[in-house]
Amino acid sequence: MAFLHAATGSHSGPKSELKSKSWTPYLLLAPGLIWLVTFFIFPILSLASTSTMVRPEGAQIGTYVQELRFANYIDAFQANQEQYIRSFVYAAIATLLALAIAYPLAYMIAFKSGKYRNILLVMVVAPFFTSFLLRTVAWTQILGDEGPIVSTLKLLPFVGDSMRLTSTPFAVVSGLTYNFLPFMTLPLYASLERIDPRTLEAAGDLYANGFTTFRKVTVPLSMPGVVAGTLLTFIPAAGDYVNAAILGSPSTKMIGNVIESRFFAVVDYPTAAALSFTLMATILILVTLYIRRSGTDELV
Amino acid sequence: MKKDLLPRPSLSHRTGRWFSRNLIRIYAVLAFIYLFIPVAYTFAFSFNDAGKSNLVWKGFTLDNWKNPCGAPQVCTAVANSLEIGIISTVLATILGTMIAFAIGRHKFRGRKTTNLLIFLPMATPEVVLGASLLAMFLNLRINPGFWTIVIAHVMFCISFVVVTVKARIASLDPKLEQAAMDLYANERETFRYVTLPLVMPGIAGAALLAFSLSFDDFIITNFNSGIVSTFPKFVYVSAARGIPAQANVIGSAMFFIALIIVIVGQVVSRQRKRG
Repeated sequence: MAFLHAATGSHSGPKSELKSKSWTPYLLLAPGLIWLVTFFIFPILSLASTSTMVRPEGAQIGTYVQELRFANYIDAFQANQEQYIRSFVYAAIATLLALAIAYPLAYMIAFKSGKYRNILLVMVVAPFFTSFLLRTVAWTQILGDEGPIVSTLKLLPFVGDSMRLTSTPFAVVSGLTYNFLPFMTLPLYASLERIDPRTLEAAGDLYANGFTTFRKVTVPLSMPGVVAGTLLTFIPAAGDYVNAAILGSPSTKMIGNVIESRFFAVVDYPTAAALSFTLMATILILVTLYIRRSGTDELV
Repeated sequence: MKKDLLPRPSLSHRTGRWFSRNLIRIYAVLAFIYLFIPVAYTFAFSFNDAGKSNLVWKGFTLDNWKNPCGAPQVCTAVANSLEIGIISTVLATILGTMIAFAIGRHKFRGRKTTNLLIFLPMATPEVVLGASLLAMFLNLRINPGFWTIVIAHVMFCISFVVVTVKARIASLDPKLEQAAMDLYANERETFRYVTLPLVMPGIAGAALLAFSLSFDDFIITNFNSGIVSTFPKFVYVSAARGIPAQANVIGSAMFFIALIIVIVGQVVSRQRKRG
């Protein structure tokens, strides 16, 4: 095991040098990486190829030929601009809400939970042992017209009888916030837990009050967790279509819903592929910008 | 700063402390209630005497729990999900653990590319992963079904296994392996009797994670399943018409089984630390 010698620096000898050129790492990597190349990279290329295909006149539904028609992208975007923008807006709101809910929760578990810490961590993840579709369906019951929230709100004088929560943007954004909450909480917890309590004490010794300490010490030190958490929430939320399908209405459709229906209901593979590709590219660009930006913010 | 030099700040200090001591606990309790409400709903409605459409409460019954296969499609779907979950977990855990060992313990060329290849599937929205795999299968004239689901699940689970196992390998103390070598264990023995047992909790955690990702996946599965039904797909398809209460039984049972596994795992690891 070459790594032992490499890691510790001791026991180094001719044998370890010989070993470090060995085939072992490549043999370990090969099966998994081949799987990823075959079933991730190759499909992405296949998707790119499908996105510029055209259905020949008079051909059967679902038959497409390659004509390198890049205008497919413009057509697809123009036809679905609304859903496209809505996806990013909903995902952004859901991410901010999740951050607002998860930060104090993670803070509490990291600093104030004492011996209950592990139990509370399990409790953060535990709801997600129940199928997420069942939980989303449960939200339709909770937010439904006969559900506890609407019935309670209707008791208020200024709430009309026609009030609804399901099939609204509110329901979709709530669903997104709820479903991706642990992806926000766990990285936040991980970065908060790593903070040395002595740095907080030092801030107090230097006459910072609780809030100043929080703002100038805790928040900057927890930034890696904030970045990881927002990414882990935003990316799946932007591509999600389950919440919009179950909790929303036709007027809350997101880009995922369009891609799904283009594939299955309309059998328009090129448009679906062009939309998927645009979604992926936009997310990758946003993620790169965000990581760069937050990287510099940390230094300030 | 000036304010803090006055004799009064202790008050703001105290209110600040009270704030962080109690308000945050109240907040956390509310957050946990929010997290558990849908679970409680799912559990409660597993006792609903509702027949086929489980949307409105109609009365308490234990029938659904006594006969979880009362709605036959539910059981077929769960059986498929379990089978797919187990096969995908085994494959993804083996492939991912091998990659994790290569990254954590070996020098090789192309490390950056490897890391990127591991990271990208996690940074790609599921709908894109699902759509791209289906586009490939369609282009290759492969009909989606059971094995295309397995292929897809292994693909997106590998990255999570690598990340989990890699973290465990990175946290190991190299001195332990060094000690084994000093005691004349050869490389194979050191790996078999020292490294592997130490990494095992990480591998077990990764396998659990992979299984729960696979069992609960809907979006990628929906694209690549053809006519094969899985549990999440069944729930999605029947959501509009109303889901049989047996689905809630399965969902609640999964919740308690997973909870027991996690708690037992915690207890075992704590005892080991003590022993």
